[in-house]
Amino acid sequence: MENINKELKVSALENGTVLDHIPAENVYKALDILGLKGISNQITIGINLNSKLFGKKGIIKIADRFFEDDELNRLALIAPHATVNIIRNFQVVEKKKLVMPERIEGLAKCMNPKCITNHQPVKTKFTVIGEGDKISLLCHYCEKISDIKSVF
Amino acid sequence: MSKSLISIQDFSKEEILHVLETAKEFEKNRTQDILAGKVIACIFFEPSTRTRLSFETAVNRLGAKVIGFSDASNTSVSKGETLKDTIKMVSNYVDLIIMRHPLEGSSRYASEVSSVPVINAGDGANQHPSQTLLDLYSIMQTQGRLDHLKINMVGDLKYGRTTHSLLQAMSHFSPEFVFTAPEELKMPVEYKDFLKKKGIRYTETTSLEDHLNDCDILYMTRVQQERFTDPMEYERVKDVYRLEASMLGNVKENMKILHPLPRVSEIDQDVDDTPYAYYFKQAENGLYVRMAIISYLMGYR
Repeated sequence: MENINKELKVSALENGTVLDHIPAENVYKALDILGLKGISNQITIGINLNSKLFGKKGIIKIADRFFEDDELNRLALIAPHATVNIIRNFQVVEKKKLVMPERIEGLAKCMNPKCITNHQPVKTKFTVIGEGDKISLLCHYCEKISDIKSVF
Repeated sequence: MSKSLISIQDFSKEEILHVLETAKEFEKNRTQDILAGKVIACIFFEPSTRTRLSFETAVNRLGAKVIGFSDASNTSVSKGETLKDTIKMVSNYVDLIIMRHPLEGSSRYASEVSSVPVINAGDGANQHPSQTLLDLYSIMQTQGRLDHLKINMVGDLKYGRTTHSLLQAMSHFSPEFVFTAPEELKMPVEYKDFLKKKGIRYTETTSLEDHLNDCDILYMTRVQQERFTDPMEYERVKDVYRLEASMLGNVKENMKILHPLPRVSEIDQDVDDTPYAYYFKQAENGLYVRMAIISYLMGYR
């Protein structure tokens, strides 16, 4: 072999969504939050890629899948600086920034062991409290505040 | 959805004042059967003698009938029925539900499932709004006003839910606070941040003597053993404060001592005979305030 490829080329998306600038350690959580585990679409995941912004970043490319803004914005909880590229016919047709949701439902677990949501089939509801990069969740039921790191 | 009382924050300043004024009427005349023909459920999933008797007396004095239970062990809950199903069933029978439950957030959830108003009579360590309203009523009755008072909270300010709710409710009335607590049981940062945002002044001390003589209300609390996970920590702080009559020589004339009861050793019995002791009358006030809450939520006052 005369030409050794230094890079393994990942085939470009024809149609789909590219999520970039995810903190490397949160890529698996991102898959969870977007409900991507177990779906049949082709997904390419990169972790610990070099990034000027973060040092190490993660990237997720999902073929033939487009999301509602509400779904994507949930990602802001763990990746507030992530960017979203919508690809159609190999072209980036839209770039989006995430907007921190004010409320989330049915997503995170309350960290208070005495909260009703941890004992009965009750869908969790939280108000998102963001101060700079520190994000926490106020439980609608027990009124306790959970740090975002302890609930995902 | 009908109006419930789950957290003290559910009531606006106007609603708080309305309930307190209504309670005054009930104190003047405590037998008023304005709710004759109504049925009210008192469902207590954990035992509580004082709160339950006070609520049930309030219901009876308003002329309504009470159904319910005072302990979940003999009910379908012990067969594994969910809270949702219990509440759905009970709310079909009655006009109002008063509930206490050991899990935090249970009352909020019940109010979302119920077709009738719910009064939270305590959900774990979270909220107990009728206690807060009777504290406010006691402050108003002893001081003649709620505005611009200096309130000294003493004891377990870390786990004590009554102090947290009272702080939130009093924030409508331009108060000044003193927090007297040992290092281990200081007022949590989130409540101090809440006061800072509202521009309300507070000072912190570990000494009970520091602010006895310049406060209008001395709000004593018990160090609750059940809140501690570390028994050694409890032993260190359980007897940290003990108020005695001899310490009250230079207090303000209008100063009154409140306590949510039960007390253990934090107030000596010799304080009971001083003109400053108000905690037994405070417990009685709970009856009038609960009559007012019930009749307000049912649209009769």
